[in-house]
Amino acid sequence: MTAPLIHMELKSDPRVLSGVREMVSAVARRLAFDRPTADQIALAVDEALANVICHGYERRPVHPIWISIHEMKSDQPAIKIIIEDEAPPVDCDQIKGRDLADIRPGGLGVHIIKEVMDDAIYEKRGDVGMRLTMTRTGNRQSDQSSASPQKDPP
Amino acid sequence: MSTDGLQVNIDDRDGVAVLSPVGDVDMNASPDLRARLKPIVSKDNPRLVIDLSQVPYMDSSGVATLVEAMKLVRNHKGSLALCCMNDRVRGIFEIARLDQYFSIHDSLDDAVEQV
Repeated sequence: MTAPLIHMELKSDPRVLSGVREMVSAVARRLAFDRPTADQIALAVDEALANVICHGYERRPVHPIWISIHEMKSDQPAIKIIIEDEAPPVDCDQIKGRDLADIRPGGLGVHIIKEVMDDAIYEKRGDVGMRLTMTRTGNRQSDQSSASPQKDPP
Repeated sequence: MSTDGLQVNIDDRDGVAVLSPVGDVDMNASPDLRARLKPIVSKDNPRLVIDLSQVPYMDSSGVATLVEAMKLVRNHKGSLALCCMNDRVRGIFEIARLDQYFSIHDSLDDAVEQV
């Protein structure tokens, strides 16, 4: 894998989320994603970080989270984002979005991530921590992009 | 980095409470919105509109806050409508398949009339 365009360490403080969203959306647009797609990618990152903060670190704001952004080789805009933490590892099979017919607060984050990204793969980082690797390809900035279907909404 | 809470303006229009959050409603701000909603939705027969015209962004924690409010409103035999959301915010309701669960209006007047 090529070196990341960006690799940064965050604290697990929800106040960082707005800045990270802006950064991710800006980078995605620089990689030629159109604005709606860049915003969706930023939403997926926001949801992933919120899950780490809320569930992994139980809202304690002092723990590290690492985010790496890679440009992938493709004739379309293509991005890979890796989010890693040091939270207690969980069974990857248990990480799934809730049944949308069961309307209740919470449980939407994983569903949103899987809906807006092409791939979202959770894995354990050895003895400690989790890694989420997300990719998204397509929806270039151009006159044609507005005519091509977005990945969502459904 | 701001530590201020989410600004939520509250107005009354003919007995309908109109809540207008100002700013992103994400994991950091959702507790503030929940705190402002709770005393209103916990009354008998609450009637309220949440005007999202000044919310540039909402994540699943914001949506969850609104789902929780809607459930409380229904428990108390009231009504709740949303209005004036931008495409970015509407998108998350569509992804979560909640755009049919809520009464969503383009204008504040329509939303107030609905509730």
